Amino acid sequence: MEYLIGIQGTDFVLVSSDTVAASSIVAMKHDYDKMFKLSEKIMLLCVGEAGDTVQFAEYIQKNVQLYKMRNGYELSPTAAANFTRKNLAEYLRSRTPYHVNMLLAGCDEHEGPALYYMDYLAALAKAPFAAHGYGAFLTLSILDRYYKPDLTREEAVELLKKCLQEIQKRFILNLPSFTVRIIDNNGVHDMEQISVADL
Amino acid sequence: MALVDVCGFQDWNQEEFPLGIRKRFLDKGHDFTFGVRNRELSVPLGLDPVEFLKPYSEGEEAVRINLQHGTTTLAFKFEHGVIVAVDSRASAGNYLASVDANKVIEINPYLLGTMSGSAADCQYWERLLAKQCRLYKLRNKQRISVSAASKLLSNMMCEYRGMGLSMGSMICGWDKKGPGLYYVDDNGTRLSGNMFSTGCGNCYAYGVVDSGYRYDLGVEDACDLARRAIYHATHRDAYTGGFVNMYHMREDGWIKVSKDNVGELHYKYAAEKQNLAQ
Repeated sequence: MEYLIGIQGTDFVLVSSDTVAASSIVAMKHDYDKMFKLSEKIMLLCVGEAGDTVQFAEYIQKNVQLYKMRNGYELSPTAAANFTRKNLAEYLRSRTPYHVNMLLAGCDEHEGPALYYMDYLAALAKAPFAAHGYGAFLTLSILDRYYKPDLTREEAVELLKKCLQEIQKRFILNLPSFTVRIIDNNGVHDMEQISVADL
Repeated sequence: MALVDVCGFQDWNQEEFPLGIRKRFLDKGHDFTFGVRNRELSVPLGLDPVEFLKPYSEGEEAVRINLQHGTTTLAFKFEHGVIVAVDSRASAGNYLASVDANKVIEINPYLLGTMSGSAADCQYWERLLAKQCRLYKLRNKQRISVSAASKLLSNMMCEYRGMGLSMGSMICGWDKKGPGLYYVDDNGTRLSGNMFSTGCGNCYAYGVVDSGYRYDLGVEDACDLARRAIYHATHRDAYTGGFVNMYHMREDGWIKVSKDNVGELHYKYAAEKQNLAQ
C-alpha cells in the first residue's frame, strides 16, 4: 500500500515516498511524512506495520543523534545503515520484532552518495536504485531500463516522474501525492511535492 | 567515547549510581514501574502474553476473541478551535450495555480524550494519561502540550503491542501552538491532523464531514456538521447510537456544547428535508 523509492546519482541521492497514512480501507491522513532525518546528511525512509515504523525509526534517529553528542562527529551513512540493520536483526528473534521496510540514503564527503535497501528480515544491500511496496513491482523495471550511473539531478527527477506516472496508471490504489527530497554534500533539501496534477 | 564503547569499558563512577543504590527506586517519570528494577511486565516466569493471545485472535483456535470498535467518534479542527462529537452506545456483542455511555474523558480543562474500542482499555489508559498529565504539570509548572500527551499515550500502547489492547482515541487540546488534534491507536499509530473519525461507524462520519467541511465554518455550523455526521453514522451502523455528545475546544478551554438524542434528531432532519422539498 505504501511506496518508497530512491535513486543515486553522481553526487546526490534522490528519495521519494507517498504521503497517505491509511487504516484498513480509510485514508486517515493525506500529508504524512514517511522520512526521518537521522542527521544532516542521512535520511531514513520507513514503511511497514503501523506503530513499528515510527517507534523504530525514532529509536534509530535518537541513537544516531546520541552518537554525535557523545563523540563529536556524525555517523557515516554506511555506519548508520549497519547500525540500523544490527538493531533490526537483534529485535527480529525477540518477543517484539519490528516489521519495517526501509531505505537509508546519505551523502558522505569521503564515500560519496549511498543508498541502502533494508527489509523487515534485516537484509541490507547497497544499491544504485531501490523501491519498497507494491509499487516496486511496477517501477523496478523502469529503473532497470533507464538508470545510468552518471544521472544529473534533472534526469533523476525525470526518471522519478516516469516511475510515479506508472504507479498512477497501473497501481490499483490511489496515491495522490509524493514527498521528494534530495541529499547531497550540502545536506538534505526539500523539493516540491509531486501530485497527480504534475504527472 | 566510541573507543570506550567498542572496548566495553564500564565506568562505574559516572552516570549509573550518583546517589548510590537509592537511585533505582526513584521515579524516572514512568510511575507504572512501581519501583521494580527492570522495567518489564509483571507476569509469572514463562508466560508470554503475545504468544498466549495469538491463537485466539489470529490463529486456529475455535474460540476467537473478536475485538469490535463499536462506536463512532469524530473530531475536526477549524477556525475557531476543535469540535469533538461522540455517540453514546456501549455494546457487548449484540447486547446494549448502555445507551448513555460517556466516551469523552476530560483530562484537564484544556485536554480531551475520546474513546473507541474496548471500554475498559480506553478508560484505564486515558485515566493513566490524565495522571501523567497532572504529574507533568506539577513537575514542570506548565501544562503539557497536546503533542506530548498523545506521545505518552502512544508509548503506553506500544509497550503492550500485540497483547490484545483495543483502543482508538483522539487527543484534542489547545496549547501554545494553538489547537491540537492527534489520533492514537492500540497498534501504536499516532497521527496529527485536521480531522479524524474512529470506530466502526467512522466511514459514515467521514462521508458527511468531508462533503460539508470548510476551515472557515462558524461555530454553529461546525457543531451542526458534527452532529449530522454522528447522526448519519448512527443511522447506518448498528453499533452506534444513543446520544450525540458534543464538545468545543476553545482557546480558554473546552465547553460541553450539547447532548442530543439521536431519535429526536432523526425526525428533525426528516422534517427539514421535507420542508426543503416543498
